[in-house]
Amino acid sequence: MNAPAPLQRKPTTVWQMYRSIVGIGAFCALLIVSVYQGTAGRIADNRARFLGNAIEEVLPAAHSTVEVALDANGALVGAAEPADLPAYLAYGDNGELVGAVITARGMGYADNITVLYSYSFELKAIVGHKVLESKETPGLGDKVELEPHFLANFEALDARLNDDGTALANAIVTVKEGEKTEAWQLDGITGATITSDAIGAILNRASGFWLPALERDARDFRPPQSTEE
Amino acid sequence: MGKKQSNSTDEFVKGLWRDNPVFIQMLGLCPALAVSNTAINALAMGAATTFVLVMAGLSVSLLRNFIPREARIVSYICIIATFVTCVDYAIMAISIELHRALGAFIALIVVNCLILGRSEAFASKNRPALAVMDGLGMGAGFTAALFFIGVMREVLGSGTLFGVDLFPGGFQTWTVMVLPSGGFFAMAIWLLLVNRIRQYQAEAEKRAGEQEAAS
Amino acid sequence: MARLSKLLEIGSSPHVTDGASTDVIMRNVFMALLPVTVFAVYAFGAGAALVIVAATASCVLTEHWLCRWTGQPSTVGDWSIAITGLLYGLTLPPDLPLWMVFAGGVFGVAIGKFLFGGLGMNAFNPALVGRAFLQAAFPQAMTHWQAPFAEGRFEHIPSSVLAMPFWEPAYDAVTTATPLALMKFEAEFAGGRELAAGLTSGSVGETCGVLILLGGVYLVARNMMNWRIPASIFATVAAVTWAFQLYDPATYPGPVFMLFSGGLMLGAVFMATDMVASPITNAGCWLYGALIGVLVVVIRFWGGMPEGVMYAILLANAVSPHIDNLIQPRVFGTGRGAG
Repeated sequence: MNAPAPLQRKPTTVWQMYRSIVGIGAFCALLIVSVYQGTAGRIADNRARFLGNAIEEVLPAAHSTVEVALDANGALVGAAEPADLPAYLAYGDNGELVGAVITARGMGYADNITVLYSYSFELKAIVGHKVLESKETPGLGDKVELEPHFLANFEALDARLNDDGTALANAIVTVKEGEKTEAWQLDGITGATITSDAIGAILNRASGFWLPALERDARDFRPPQSTEE
Repeated sequence: MGKKQSNSTDEFVKGLWRDNPVFIQMLGLCPALAVSNTAINALAMGAATTFVLVMAGLSVSLLRNFIPREARIVSYICIIATFVTCVDYAIMAISIELHRALGAFIALIVVNCLILGRSEAFASKNRPALAVMDGLGMGAGFTAALFFIGVMREVLGSGTLFGVDLFPGGFQTWTVMVLPSGGFFAMAIWLLLVNRIRQYQAEAEKRAGEQEAAS
Repeated sequence: MARLSKLLEIGSSPHVTDGASTDVIMRNVFMALLPVTVFAVYAFGAGAALVIVAATASCVLTEHWLCRWTGQPSTVGDWSIAITGLLYGLTLPPDLPLWMVFAGGVFGVAIGKFLFGGLGMNAFNPALVGRAFLQAAFPQAMTHWQAPFAEGRFEHIPSSVLAMPFWEPAYDAVTTATPLALMKFEAEFAGGRELAAGLTSGSVGETCGVLILLGGVYLVARNMMNWRIPASIFATVAAVTWAFQLYDPATYPGPVFMLFSGGLMLGAVFMATDMVASPITNAGCWLYGALIGVLVVVIRFWGGMPEGVMYAILLANAVSPHIDNLIQPRVFGTGRGAG
């Protein structure tokens, strides 16, 4: 102890307590608000850029995107506010519809995996995927982001709807490595069976949810105003 | 606290070795183990913690006669949380990717016992200049410790350093080192080294003392 | 320290019922393991032989070097570390690079045994600690299974075995999935006869259930192993599996498959019975075995990995002192609950 310990300290008055806590609280609040104000613009820019980069990775033709949602009747509408797992319609340089970009989540080996994937209306197929968040074992589970033969699945992964347009014609499934025979099958990864199976299941579920509505309504969908990137 | 006249350089240097927060005081181990899987993450975490240490130390020292004893913990936590929130926004503004890598651990700087510990034990009893030097020293020691752990984990666990491939041509990565358990292994190896060196130092000092006494 | 290790050799373990010393027991365990080892080399060839030799050598050398370094007399002479090394080798995949075998052996003995105080003090089975480390460090190499009875297995050493230290192994051997991986990922159940005879792929010494059982019977007959532990494990696994198969035969395999697949036989007979890391009382042994059995079934059915014997035994090792605490023999002359 540097200072000699006071044997009898003056009792703290209520006013002193009040003064210090309110004072510090006000000072802290002010500081946080000003830092928030100062950085909010850049943070929003960063977020948009991060999403833009991800979308560009899965769907290079996309120039601008509009977030969409399904209303109570299952019809496609513009999203009122950003969803946890958003889906976007993507438009090309001349404003033509080039595809849809969908976020989806499901259980992997270690934890939830969140993926972003793109659907092409022209090919009726999934044409790109990117893992946004995963805690899979490094060196095994993260092969779904790196392994060339697995990524080759996404050149055109068949996601055709059935004749009624209510569900996928063929469920998207992951098969054992080297045993892919159909266009809707994912060629799996030996040694990362659970993770590659999970990707198949995630894509299958999210596609079953989004694609019927997208196929039915997306071509007639008129965005309120298209957000330029 | 025996020395009455300690200068600011001493306060800085002690955090690097003699009172190193991670290797000697064993404080703030949660982030030291959790986000030290790459050298970059370790440095970013160290820098963020250092900033909070210095700013919280400065604030607490400036307000040391203003804050009553009874309300000191709540005041310190409030101050620390404020600076952590600022750092959180700043990192998000610098890079979303970095923010994703550090994840929840930025917010958890608030409960890093190192910061509250230094505020309570040092900043509340010393001049602002000394408190800042103490914060800088502790922060530097913390960063250095995280960096050493991070380097070991990244080199073994990914075969890279700062993302640069060190061993082109099929280095077998030790996956366990990038997993949480690898943090404990790396930490244990460094602790072994640090304690060994301290042992030698103590023996050398003792011998020097005996010689002096003999002559 | 020297006094300490002498004390431990006449420890309170129930296995030592006739005053046999460590090296007599260990020599018998070695005899029991011999058929398993010979079969392993026959099934997997030169690579497996090298893995077993490297595993034993790494454990013995580590123990010897650590004893010297800490100034204790070397405990290598009593065979116990050689048995640990042999067991450790038998749990490894047959085409594992030798440098990884060494790394795991050093880790298992240094961290799993020596850090706790050496022979008689280890809380965990050192062989399994080494294997668990490898599983965490090199998951790819540890889930790479060479097909058994491959042609030319005695002349040709798999290139992965001789991989350069710290370098990624290149595989040239024919690989197959283990029966447990097939169960987990393909819902295919191998036949019991095939499994018991050791015709499937797997770790070096875990495939031939019959030979492992024979070794176990030999040890029990010589009164050198507590038969209650494997009996309890087998009974629990069989009962739980049977119940699940009754409920849904398409998803859950039968008791025979569960007993003879993977490392269950080897684990139950030679690993879980580790005299130091298992409970002391007979009731404790039943409880300990039941715990392992339940954990094995839980991990195999619902866990992320196909095999769970190693983790089940390590977890049970961790609670075995608590089991001893729970089931303490009542001190003579005191009332219930006292002591």
